[in-house]
Amino acid sequence: MSTEYDIAETLDVKGLSCPMPVVETKQAIDTLDADEVLEVVATDRGSMSDIAGWADTTAGVELLDQSDEGDVFRHVVRKTA
Amino acid sequence: MSSDVSEGGDPADAGPDDGGADGPSRAELQAQVTALQERVEELESGVVADDADGGKRMTIIATKGTLDMAYPPLILASTAAAFGWDVTVFHTFWGLEILHEERSKELQLSSVGNPNTPMPNLVAALPGMDRLTTELMNRQIDEVGTPTIAELVDTCLEMGVDLQACQMTADMMDYDEAEFYDEVTTGVGAASALSEMADADIQLLV
Repeated sequence: MSTEYDIAETLDVKGLSCPMPVVETKQAIDTLDADEVLEVVATDRGSMSDIAGWADTTAGVELLDQSDEGDVFRHVVRKTA
Repeated sequence: MSSDVSEGGDPADAGPDDGGADGPSRAELQAQVTALQERVEELESGVVADDADGGKRMTIIATKGTLDMAYPPLILASTAAAFGWDVTVFHTFWGLEILHEERSKELQLSSVGNPNTPMPNLVAALPGMDRLTTELMNRQIDEVGTPTIAELVDTCLEMGVDLQACQMTADMMDYDEAEFYDEVTTGVGAASALSEMADADIQLLV
């Protein structure tokens, strides 16, 4: 994916596992303004499907990008409302 | 059906009845279409409003107080809160251990009758074995970066999950309200749990 975006904040949840990557992502999103973009870096392999599922089900957020960089999983989420 | 409809209509609006035809008149059909359109719009606006605030409600009944069984309700509750859902967890019987601030930090795994622990029941029944398997599980929990039960309770409360302590079982176990975590709801029973469940989209018993 090559979507254009500026990252407003990066959340580091490396070393945490379910449910904390999703919970902390939600808490971080709540502190942003609409249209701002959050980057989340995690080591939890489950975060790939968890963050995707969360973004899909939750109102006001949009998943822009996800990448598997070996040991680190990167997620980019925009707050839409 | 058609005769029912025409009986319900107002004859003044019905227009000329063409000589014994028993179907609804054009005006009656028009009125029905308008009513249906209004109803569809009403329902659609409800659906949109639901989506806008995340919408869903979940109620979990937590009845178990072993270390392994304390996790699922709290993990689901905190995750659902992250979805923006309205979540209630009603704790009853041994589920109350999760809300008891002191005891929640000392939850144990049961080794006997648990085929997932790597020891036969005969060994598992020896004194101190529950402590050992609990210690092993706590070490695993720490290693994979899963929060403790106390941390999950705090997270749930922070995110607005309504953690409720069943009054009857609290009385039965002689627990004082002050022994629970601060924001726990007390003074609730089966009827309030059922009424929450009736309004919920998702109901789970753990």
